[in-house]
Amino acid sequence: MTDFWDELRATTQARIGLGRAGDGMPTSRVLEFRLAHAIARDAVHDPLDVDKLIAELVRSGVCAGPDDGEAGESGGAGPRLGHPTTVTSRAADRAEYLRRPDLGRVPAGSPVVPRSTADVGFVLADGLSARALATHGPALLSALVRALPPTLTLAPPVIATQARVGLGDHIGAALGVGTVLVLIGERPGLSVADSLGVYLTHHPEPGRADSDRNCVSNIHAPGGLAYEVAARVVAGLVAGARQLGRSGVDLKDTSRAAELSTPDTALS
Amino acid sequence: MVRYTQTSRGTTYQFDGLVDLMAKATPLRSGDELAGCAAGSDAERVAAQLALAEVPLRQFLDEPLVPYETDEVTRLILDTHAPDAFEPVKSLTVGGFRDWLLDLAPKPQAGAVLGALAPGLTPEMVAAVSKLMRNQDLIAVARATRVTTAFRSTVGLPGRLATRLQPNHPTDDLRGIAAATLDGLLLGCGDAVIGVNPAGDSPQTCADLLHLLDGIRSAYDIPTQTCVLTHVTTTIGLIEAGVPVDLVFQSVAGTQAANQGFGVDLALLREGHEAGLSLNRGTVGQNVMYMETGQGSALSADAHRGVNGRPVDQQTLEARAYAVCREFEPLLVNTVVGFIGPEYLYDGKQIVRAGLEDHFCGKLLGLPMGVDVCYTNHAEADQDDMDNLLTLLGVAGCSFVIAVPGADDVMLGYQSTSFHDALYTRQVLGSRPAPEFEAWLRTMQLMDDEGRVLPVEASSSVLRSLTAVGR
Repeated sequence: MTDFWDELRATTQARIGLGRAGDGMPTSRVLEFRLAHAIARDAVHDPLDVDKLIAELVRSGVCAGPDDGEAGESGGAGPRLGHPTTVTSRAADRAEYLRRPDLGRVPAGSPVVPRSTADVGFVLADGLSARALATHGPALLSALVRALPPTLTLAPPVIATQARVGLGDHIGAALGVGTVLVLIGERPGLSVADSLGVYLTHHPEPGRADSDRNCVSNIHAPGGLAYEVAARVVAGLVAGARQLGRSGVDLKDTSRAAELSTPDTALS
Repeated sequence: MVRYTQTSRGTTYQFDGLVDLMAKATPLRSGDELAGCAAGSDAERVAAQLALAEVPLRQFLDEPLVPYETDEVTRLILDTHAPDAFEPVKSLTVGGFRDWLLDLAPKPQAGAVLGALAPGLTPEMVAAVSKLMRNQDLIAVARATRVTTAFRSTVGLPGRLATRLQPNHPTDDLRGIAAATLDGLLLGCGDAVIGVNPAGDSPQTCADLLHLLDGIRSAYDIPTQTCVLTHVTTTIGLIEAGVPVDLVFQSVAGTQAANQGFGVDLALLREGHEAGLSLNRGTVGQNVMYMETGQGSALSADAHRGVNGRPVDQQTLEARAYAVCREFEPLLVNTVVGFIGPEYLYDGKQIVRAGLEDHFCGKLLGLPMGVDVCYTNHAEADQDDMDNLLTLLGVAGCSFVIAVPGADDVMLGYQSTSFHDALYTRQVLGSRPAPEFEAWLRTMQLMDDEGRVLPVEASSSVLRSLTAVGR
């Protein structure tokens, strides 16, 4: 019996061959499920440790430290990105954030970010899984910076909390960048609670529709899309958007469309 | 615009038209707050219910919530309304209609009376009365309805609870889908349909899945139907290409604009319906459509506006989707109640209430209602809430529920009910699968004479070889 189902389990992550306790599931299966759900729930509700994320971004060398002055856009030997700034949405807390996606799309007050004429800006957003951003954000950001051509200028990243994808439109406009990339924690599932997505919007400004964006999702290690692969795809999309003059449904990643997942509409 | 007023304990509340009154009378839910049409306080909500109780049912024929001129769903609702069927309740108010339904429900003739009444009711009428009802009212009246449909199995008979076996897979791996199908069949599930949501939407993927499922069904002569839940245009193409299609699937919503968001209109649905009928594959019936709905879909498509651009509440819009379903004589209508997320139904309480409302409204309109008892991980809900709703729906006479391995859908990333949950519900309520499927389970020695699904070892079951189909 065990061998029979074990062989089939190699073909699917589905919870098959669980056995029975009467008409119910055996204790071990019920508790396994409960643990997976608890991990996913915690991922939704755990807040982002912003200071820790900033420290990690500086430590990893992708961002300049607070006293490093004018790092970044020169493209010298040091970090290519300046020191991060932070923005929060109009959603006051997690409960309001979950109920009111409209508030998660707008900043609380005018975003105080350094005005820039950079080609590309980055928003590191907690979304529905702050853990996904904390775990994979620094490595993915580093991979993106490596993948983007050195001819492009890059604005210092903005860390956004209680954030939906649309918040990136306000931040991108305030930064003054040509293209904004929003790295955001995706809705946690039972098998993966820390998956990251990247949404690209060319000429970001408030009021952009979801059809104006491109998305690369399911970025997580191991098992999901690898950082370097995701970064290459995003870099290709950035180049395509700059050439086309817009992003969204008209912009296709033709190199590997079959491997891309559909955007998580619950985030937008 | 008609203005409705209600004075309650010295405070006067005003409501601009039925659209405002209906929204404010709705039990609290996050989607109506998000749309900006919810009552501003609990007292205002009850004042709206008091005012709604006094509204004559026929007012809904004179005062559309979504304009007739710009919305084909409204035109469908009003143009197909049957005055003769409406006759028994035409002089009632909404509150009087609630009393009438509760008076009728325990009587032996209730099923026949409600069945004859259905064509005389509009979605707005049933949505309105549901807003005045407690959960037990929604259960008692829904239980009294009789809606029976059939293809290769019969769905909706009294004392029966059918299941959709949902063996989804994140990459549409045929062996993985076959493995989950085997698990479900061994646990007595799959009599409503064996239906896969494809991860990839290419016609070839859908064709491969349909061939797999049809191969399994025909190899073991299983009296059920199979379905790949893809867009109706894809299914029409597959039918033209000779792929074995049993049921034609489509998601629908309660406004023309929301249906446009799904890429459908009534004409296209008619085309799909006719294509399904043309195959003549049913054995005990010819209900060929499988339709899915869910509260919040119109709002999420920004297609939830009614007269004067006012937001219509999500429960009324959901009931209007049932008018679309009703036009096409579906085998199955499934409200996917907690699928979208907490911005529409925040927690277990809201999901349970919505599930009962949807089931009640659909049944009263004459539809074979099933419910996907489900939630996402960012909703305030867990399996205990699902147990509650599943049990309540079982008591309410729900036609079918969804069954996935271990309640965890690994493709769609949400939690539904499991094969085991279906066994539990049938056991505590004494309900059985569809009669054709029950007979098959007995022939296969998967079920005993008391209707218990036997604990059969997969490795020694004759069905085990179905997992070789996908190799």
